[in-house]
Amino acid sequence: MPTFEARVDVAHLPGIADPAGATVERSLPALGYTNVSQVHMGKTVRLHVDAPDAASAQLQVEEMCEKLLANPVIESYTVTVSELVA
Amino acid sequence: MSKRVGVVLFPGTNCEQDVVWAVEQLGGAPEILWHGDATTKGVDSVVVPGGFAHGDYLRTGAIARFSPVMTAVSEFAAAGGPVVGICNGFQVLTEAQLLPGALQKNAGSKFLCRTVELRVETTTTALTNQAELGQVLRIPINHFEGNYVCDADTLARLRAEDRIVVRYTENPNGSLDDIAGICNEGRNVVGLMPHPERASDAILGSADGVVMLRSLLAA
Repeated sequence: MPTFEARVDVAHLPGIADPAGATVERSLPALGYTNVSQVHMGKTVRLHVDAPDAASAQLQVEEMCEKLLANPVIESYTVTVSELVA
Repeated sequence: MSKRVGVVLFPGTNCEQDVVWAVEQLGGAPEILWHGDATTKGVDSVVVPGGFAHGDYLRTGAIARFSPVMTAVSEFAAAGGPVVGICNGFQVLTEAQLLPGALQKNAGSKFLCRTVELRVETTTTALTNQAELGQVLRIPINHFEGNYVCDADTLARLRAEDRIVVRYTENPNGSLDDIAGICNEGRNVVGLMPHPERASDAILGSADGVVMLRSLLAA
């Protein structure tokens, strides 16, 4: 069975506080980057999953997001799957 | 016979001894429920205390929800057993979907550790049945993620069904509708961010938490 690498990006839903992002945004002008806005901090989860094909790998990882990797009340997620080439 | 109160202990829980002490002071019989054992040991009520269960990895309460004891706690709650989640315990109960909504980071990005005033908004729950409606209680908070959030429909239901148990008189953390604690439909599961066990004796600065713990023992 082929192995797929999945990358899960978890982000705050709009309107949910992102104090880490806000802090980074306030710090960047000190380095001269005064043209920065909309800094958002999220989480990335990378994992390998054995599955018959990319579609079923994608589906499984989305299930994992619903059950554990993200909290749909406050977070959104995107899943990207690619086959690992030996 | 004194009421047996199960106190859940996850790796990273750090308020269980405070709860044990407070329950004992009130004549209850506390019993630690280890997270790896899928049983509530026949206790009369369950407290999920504060701390950093499973290190709060991923999200607060996210991993704790899958501890074997939570299956037993969910069954206990479904059968009408009184369950109270305090602070991290509240976060665990939302992740376990025993209570709606979620706790996000405090507005203002500050960790908050101080005594606040709570107003009792309903007296028909496992945690407030001995309190008076509108009673103001001085109880400590100690959290970074206590900012309650839920969608508009959920908030409308919580209000319509009188499920907002306690509100902050002065909102410290940005919580939606000043919510400090809520209950489930059955009113037997309550979660709140403030720590009643830390206000269980005058020597601690307040004994206002006693009425809550007495309510739990009476539930």
